[in-house]
Amino acid sequence: MARVLMKGTEAIAEAAIQAGCKYFFGYPITPQNEIPEYMSAKLPKIGGAYVQAESEVAAINMVMGGGATGTKIMTTSSSPGISLMSEGISYIAGCEIPAVIVNVMRGGPGLGGILPSQADYMQATKGGGNGDYRLLVLAPSTLQEAVELTQMAFDLAQQYRNPVMILADGFMGQMMEAVEIKEHISENLPPREPWALGCMRDRGGKRAILKSLYLNPEDLERHNIELQKKYREMEKEVRFEAYRCDGAEILLCAFGTTARIARSAINNLRNEGIKVGMLRPITLYPFPKEKIRELATGLKGVLVVEMNMGQMVEDVEAAVCGKAPVSFFGHAGGIAPSVKEIEEQIRAVL
Amino acid sequence: MKEIKIYERPKSWAKDVHTHYCPGCGHGITHRLICEIIDELGIQDDVIGTAPVGCAALMYDYFDIDFCEAAHGRAPALATGIKRTRPDKIVFTYQGDGDLASIGTAEIIHVANRGEKLTTIFINNAIYGMTGGQMAPTTLIGQKTTTSPFGRDPELAGYPMRMCELLATLETPGFITRVSVAKPKYIIEAKKAIKQAFVNQIEGKGYSFVEVLSNCPTNWGMTPVQAFEWTESAMIPHYPLGVYKNFE
Repeated sequence: MARVLMKGTEAIAEAAIQAGCKYFFGYPITPQNEIPEYMSAKLPKIGGAYVQAESEVAAINMVMGGGATGTKIMTTSSSPGISLMSEGISYIAGCEIPAVIVNVMRGGPGLGGILPSQADYMQATKGGGNGDYRLLVLAPSTLQEAVELTQMAFDLAQQYRNPVMILADGFMGQMMEAVEIKEHISENLPPREPWALGCMRDRGGKRAILKSLYLNPEDLERHNIELQKKYREMEKEVRFEAYRCDGAEILLCAFGTTARIARSAINNLRNEGIKVGMLRPITLYPFPKEKIRELATGLKGVLVVEMNMGQMVEDVEAAVCGKAPVSFFGHAGGIAPSVKEIEEQIRAVL
Repeated sequence: MKEIKIYERPKSWAKDVHTHYCPGCGHGITHRLICEIIDELGIQDDVIGTAPVGCAALMYDYFDIDFCEAAHGRAPALATGIKRTRPDKIVFTYQGDGDLASIGTAEIIHVANRGEKLTTIFINNAIYGMTGGQMAPTTLIGQKTTTSPFGRDPELAGYPMRMCELLATLETPGFITRVSVAKPKYIIEAKKAIKQAFVNQIEGKGYSFVEVLSNCPTNWGMTPVQAFEWTESAMIPHYPLGVYKNFE
């Protein structure tokens, strides 16, 4: 497929189809409605199925069922919808079922607004639902990256038997950009037959039980220890971009669309001779804490810029570990930090 | 003398397990009926169950078939995802009255309205069993529970919900029936209905819903015999047995 001009939501949908996703369960919510619309038109034509669920609560449980058969499966929603899905996400993680969940974030809390936001960072990276579980969280900053991360998410979900979240701010969903979407063939993924529902014959008559209930405390602790082992293993999936960090005296930390805006500010200030660089986490979990510590040590300051009230700051502070002062600048409500504002903030750190 | 085997453990019953159910509970009877039907239809390797939250949460331990746990009330959505991705399999949900008629009302109405090719077994014993005997949406008027200590008052808690009648109002074709396991004669009818509900799915007909009037001697504060009698004398008059819809 050649490069085509596409809206972010549609690019994510087509990327999923090209990665082999034939089943989609969802519920309409702005600003991601183009994804269910796209899926409802395309999936029946390729032998798949689109089901419009009665709620996000039902949608995520349909995803759980589809994932439980070892099938590539996706749902998409936006912030309040993801809150409703959090119960199901906890069960999916507890039962170790692969699934891809896209959150095209809008402002909160509560009904908030429909404009772009990054205010679900905490919800995505710290849990959201009950219990000790983790999602792999991927944050695209361009539509091409959204395409690639979406396709990779299906492989990661299958590989770790874990829900993977694409955390895209509303800009990622609603802007248009030229993208190339290739067919993505998964390679070397573990087979579904040993664990998935519907494969009893393949197992020679051995049943599969997918559950998160362990009434015996020792069993539940063992289950949790196994999950934690998996989450430690997932840390090797850490991805980031270090932008113009050579000789930097100030380090910016930003993800998603905010990082794109920050890039312009960095370029402008570099032209003035101000040594500023950026560490952009691509995986928000696992968080690139070692890299941030390495880059931040001894700097004049680390500036975190987000479209929220400072949700990533705690993670950056933990990573920097006192080796440099950490400050924050952000907007909420659907307002993006401007290049000029970021430049002013960087100057203030100097 | 020729030996004739007249009774045995179903093949699809897991080996060497004993249920945790109380004496006189209807879950054991209904579980056995489902196992017998799985054996008779020869679908053990092709059937997938979803377990509820409630007394039957551990039912996957007793069935030698593929099973997935569902969150409270969400089994119909979970089963939808399973069946849509594996339409070649026979998928059933098994839910109690708190699960299906309270927290899962949205899911049960919409699974029936979409006409998913699934089978639901709904155990109605008019009480929350696992949590210790609280009021259910199906608790009868005047029935005392731990959260309706003076008896269910319709002014405060509304009237007991008749799920078969409610679902039968939907335009989507389906099989909707109410049976009981309170007496051998009812159990024979219950088995026929549950089997029909599985056969409907095998034939690709659509959604089948079997409500089973069951009993909870422990939380009703009765002996098993008194409980079976109460099912007949109090529950059946409010919840009439019969077929409410049959793909018409």
